[in-house]
Amino acid sequence: MLEVKGLNAWYGESHILHGVDFEVRDGEVVTLLGRNGAGKTTTMKSIMGLVPRREGSVRYNGTETVGLAPNFIAKAGIAFCPEERGIFGSLSVSENLMLPPIVAPGGLSVDEIYTLFPNLRERAGTSQGTKLSGGEQQMLAIGRILRTGAKMLLLDEPTEGLAPVIVQQIGRTIREIKARGFTVLLVEQNFRFAATVADRHYVMEHGRIIDMIPNAQLEANMDKLHDYLGV
Amino acid sequence: MFTILGIPGPLLFGQLLLGVINGAFYAMLSLGLAVIFGMLNIINFAHGALFMMGAFVSWMLLNYLGIGYFPSLILSPLIVGVFGLVLEKTIISRLYKLDHVYGLLLTFGLALVIEGLFRNAYGSSGMPYRIPDALQGATNLGFMFLPNYRGWVVLVAIVVCLATWAIIEKTFLGARLRAATENAPLVQAFGVDVPRLITLTYAGGIALAAFAGVLAAPIYSVNPNMGSSFINTVFAVVVIGGMGSIMGSIVTGFGLGVIEGLTKVFYPQASATVIFLVMVIVLLAMPRGLFGKAV
Ligand SMILES: Nc1ncnc2c1ncn2[C@@H]1O[C@H](COP(=O)(O)OP(=O)(O)O)[C@@H](O)[C@H]1O
Ligand SMILES: [Mg+2]
Repeated sequence: MLEVKGLNAWYGESHILHGVDFEVRDGEVVTLLGRNGAGKTTTMKSIMGLVPRREGSVRYNGTETVGLAPNFIAKAGIAFCPEERGIFGSLSVSENLMLPPIVAPGGLSVDEIYTLFPNLRERAGTSQGTKLSGGEQQMLAIGRILRTGAKMLLLDEPTEGLAPVIVQQIGRTIREIKARGFTVLLVEQNFRFAATVADRHYVMEHGRIIDMIPNAQLEANMDKLHDYLGV
Repeated sequence: MFTILGIPGPLLFGQLLLGVINGAFYAMLSLGLAVIFGMLNIINFAHGALFMMGAFVSWMLLNYLGIGYFPSLILSPLIVGVFGLVLEKTIISRLYKLDHVYGLLLTFGLALVIEGLFRNAYGSSGMPYRIPDALQGATNLGFMFLPNYRGWVVLVAIVVCLATWAIIEKTFLGARLRAATENAPLVQAFGVDVPRLITLTYAGGIALAAFAGVLAAPIYSVNPNMGSSFINTVFAVVVIGGMGSIMGSIVTGFGLGVIEGLTKVFYPQASATVIFLVMVIVLLAMPRGLFGKAV
């Protein structure tokens, strides 16, 4: 279980997160919704220890992680798939896949990852990870963190800019890994997609969580949501 | 006596060999500089001083402890590598958050301190290091006599350069290193201890410089300035080859050694400047260097 309480974050002088509170229970898929610039990416980076300064509390399975370096947060079992995907051009596709170290037992095998993403199996020999298409890079970015055994996955806008068939494939993947007991925190702009995979939705605005909507009540709250997201 | 383009063969081949030998040292030193630059974003001005230290440590091992050349080839890089590890941990690592120029100034200062200490203790006239018995003598290649030790240096340098290239380009550890060069925070967020990887990279680059120093000891006399006489050319090699490119450093190192050697034969007046001339021409045509990757 991931418990975020009173999380503040800064980039230099700019104070971006102002006391973010939320929790993700084991086995849940929870989204962070919100307009551009609301602080969703900063929230994920703060959980991973990738912001210059953060305060407050982030507990994972009871362990306080604020104050830990990113490599120790990863070893605690949290894995991050960044918005810009973070595929390495100086590494081949299979080197990209094998890069994150195993942090715990129970991760997917390379074969299982290739079963989820058959394209990756075909492109495994590609010499530069960045030669893959955008969709393939996204599959690689998700696939490589499924191997590590981390059970808490932070996925930052995995469907951004992708073709509908690939978005569907990523949706299937998220449901599949949920069924295997993974826990997912998902940042999404596209709440129609979010509704197909998530249990609950948190809404962010100006560096704070302003609402929480269970997926079952999403339809009933459509007007409010349109208002929050400005769509 | 046969001649080539009006130049006596032995003279031509002699200079060519000198060029290849110098090139071997350029390659080994610029390789370490390139790897360190890629990972630490620091231009390690202490590189020449640590090369010199490698030669000195092997001289000390021989004269104080009676430990010979071949064990020194392993021991001296280990000792100097540990020294590099301590430097990185205690001093250099404090600068990563600051502008590049601080790293440059710090390592430049370190070079002056290290060289100054050795100059105080041993003077600057230089001390001989005997070629080990097994590598004494020369081999007749038909067109020239190749001193065995020089042949050994070229051979070992090529093997070490290719091994370094293979470690970085073909192994799992190398993949981590390349990834951390591209995006260190993300690699750390995957659970890799990046600060330790950086320390080991620095120590590894330094050990390579010290190894070159041991190889150099019997050829150039062991003296506190032996590093600084090389290092200007080595920086030019790194710039020409492309900052951070491994194969680029190796090929450019040997290539420039040969160009320098040939210039000594055909137009000796330019032999000291030809490398910088090449540097200017390459930078005008290809600002990232011959093997530099687009950023
Ligand atoms: N590296 C940075 N330096 C300074 N400000 C940043 C940086 N990254 C993001 N910001 C600012 O932080 C705010 C939140 O950004 P972000 O977390 O990326 O929003 P979201 O992911 O919700 O679109 C924005 O105002 C953005 O301009
Ligand atoms: Mg974002």
